[in-house]
Amino acid sequence: MLSINNLHARIEEKEILKGINLDIKAGEVHAIMGPNGSGKSTLASVLAGRPEYEVTGGSVEFLEKDLLELSPEERAGEGIFLAFQYPVEIPGLTTTNFIKTAVNEVRKYRGQAPYDAVQFLKLMREKMAMVEINQSLLSRSLNEGFSGGEKKRNEIFQMAMLEPKLAILDETDSGLDIDAIRIVANGVNKLRNKDNAVLLVTHYQRLLDYIVPDFVHVLYNGRIVKSGTKELAFELEEKGYDFIKNEVAQEA
Amino acid sequence: MKSEDVLEPQLEALDEDLLTIHDTVNQEYKYGFVTQIEADSAPKGLTEDTIRFISAKKNEPEWMLEWRLKAFGHWQKMEEPHWANLHYPKIDYQDIIYYSAPKQKPKVNSLDEIDPELRKTFEKLGISLEEQKRLSGVAVDAVIDSVSIATTFKEQLGELGIIFCSMSEAVKNHPDLVKQYLSSVVPITDNYFAALNAAVFSDGSFVYIPKGVRCPMELSTYFRINAENTGQFERTLIIADEGAYVSYLEGCTAPMRDENQLHAAVVELIALDNAEIKYSTVQNWYPGDKEGNGGIYNFVTKRGICRGVNSKISWTQVETGSAITWKYPSVILKGDNSTGEFYSVAVTNNHQQADTGTKMLHLGKNTRSRIVSKGISAGFSNNSYRGLVHVGKNATNARNFSQCDSLLLGDKCGAHTFPYIEVKNNTAVVEHEATTSKIGEDQIFYCNQRGISTETAVALIINGFAKEVMNKLPMEFAIEAQKLLAISLEGSVG
Repeated sequence: MLSINNLHARIEEKEILKGINLDIKAGEVHAIMGPNGSGKSTLASVLAGRPEYEVTGGSVEFLEKDLLELSPEERAGEGIFLAFQYPVEIPGLTTTNFIKTAVNEVRKYRGQAPYDAVQFLKLMREKMAMVEINQSLLSRSLNEGFSGGEKKRNEIFQMAMLEPKLAILDETDSGLDIDAIRIVANGVNKLRNKDNAVLLVTHYQRLLDYIVPDFVHVLYNGRIVKSGTKELAFELEEKGYDFIKNEVAQEA
Repeated sequence: MKSEDVLEPQLEALDEDLLTIHDTVNQEYKYGFVTQIEADSAPKGLTEDTIRFISAKKNEPEWMLEWRLKAFGHWQKMEEPHWANLHYPKIDYQDIIYYSAPKQKPKVNSLDEIDPELRKTFEKLGISLEEQKRLSGVAVDAVIDSVSIATTFKEQLGELGIIFCSMSEAVKNHPDLVKQYLSSVVPITDNYFAALNAAVFSDGSFVYIPKGVRCPMELSTYFRINAENTGQFERTLIIADEGAYVSYLEGCTAPMRDENQLHAAVVELIALDNAEIKYSTVQNWYPGDKEGNGGIYNFVTKRGICRGVNSKISWTQVETGSAITWKYPSVILKGDNSTGEFYSVAVTNNHQQADTGTKMLHLGKNTRSRIVSKGISAGFSNNSYRGLVHVGKNATNARNFSQCDSLLLGDKCGAHTFPYIEVKNNTAVVEHEATTSKIGEDQIFYCNQRGISTETAVALIINGFAKEVMNKLPMEFAIEAQKLLAISLEGSVG
């Protein structure tokens, strides 16, 4: 589904990704872990097409298309979804209105007829139940005055509504208490199926207790330095990131 | 189920919103056409003879001519004001045509007799003059250049005792009301542009709602400048007698021309005991081209007086047009317990300049006022809010709340806020809040990531920003106004 090949990227003059290689197949969950500043969020942003980042080398293929040639909205249309670490607020724009616009824009991109109010409402009810989101939240301005947990739950709700092929969760667990993490993770688990894939970006192992990954990759200094199964996450939790740093230092 | 009750109406409104946003992004000023029609005009320039010419053309009574000449005398002694945050070349008042009327039969007895070219013009503007086709129940007075062309629904309104006609007709048919109220709120000496208007005003709308009558439909005037080198000077007078209610809308457009055209209107509102007037404007005069050539100079004096107890006047404006806007719709809160409101969205793009706001003059006891101003600036434009809250020494327990928010698109435009507060009674509570924000790249990217194009994202963000004001507009206008916001800011981000 996704094939990242020797990807390099920088912001302003600073090179952050220094040759990422990663393959994700349909039905898989991959976790990217790593210390602060290793480039985890940059990878998520580059895949979504954030304009501040400049790709300086390598390629990314997504469902047989050159992802780097597509605008951010085209990538969304193709099925890339990014759950933001810091979701933005838009005062005066109701969350419902925003999501309906998004759903219909994506449908338009895919050559599907837009949902009318009745169809949209039906879909919304179904997904609201799935991710346990309170409907009063959806009548409020987008993310305005939402608590950290509400913002993240809203991200997962949008993901449910947009039914992406590849969902990238950028530190979705940061700042959440354990109950909120469980609700968010339940939502993600319910959305998993054999046709879609999830890329989890996280600093801590605890999210992986709830969303169990098929593969874990350790990102350090702009490169994936170690890959393994979920056992790798436990090892990291136990030994800390220093052991990776030391390993890398020894190899050098 | 409870959730259905809350969600469904919200969604229906939403469908229409989105439709209009999609339809309208990527459009330019679409009202810029000129109607080829023979006009009957005064020669260029302004002298006493010009005023006599206008008055004679309109078959006015002697008292009206005298009133005009008196205003002209004052105007000649006055100087054009320059305190506003506006910059424009000197206006040559002798290079303007002060009267232009489409040539047609002197008196139109029914709508069928209107020149088909004119009828087409209004159809192109989306204004139907055919009463039977009006589903929404809005009565329209159409004013082109200097004269009123047609007023619809007159008879139905007449049965309730409501007078809705052109000012010219009111001068002839209701001279007592006109004499009693004309210039009672905006005196002929009030300011330079008001004096000029009094001298040369050609037409406008007149509304009288009798005691205890709630006007059953929206009344609306549609102003159109067509002829070249012509100034438009209309005058509107609305009186709501005791216990009456009226909601009034005005809309305006003009052709695209390279030279600037002057528009100096006066609007006076009078609310007696327990009366309420709601006045909404969607101003879309031609703003000039992207380089700042052409466009309307819009110098307007709008003022209402809550003369009676418990009366209320509410101004709502969406200002997207004009090269220059100088406009401060105000309320004199004279009656005890009276309320004044001002809700404004002013959009400036390219080289437009707007200096707009309000004055709330609290004179009576327990008077309340609320000001919500939303300025959106893009391109190289300048957008200023200027507002005065005055609490007189007898205005015990006056309350004011003002909120002025500015939204910037890009870094070449300006937003300014000039609030003036004068309080002479220590029981007053006056609150002022102001914010300035920019449409962030983060907000745009967030929308993009959800599949929403940048143009649509900007439309969503500005409509969200302006929502509190847009909600105050009558439904028919709210949709038009949303479209306008999107069109006005086309191409300003991205």
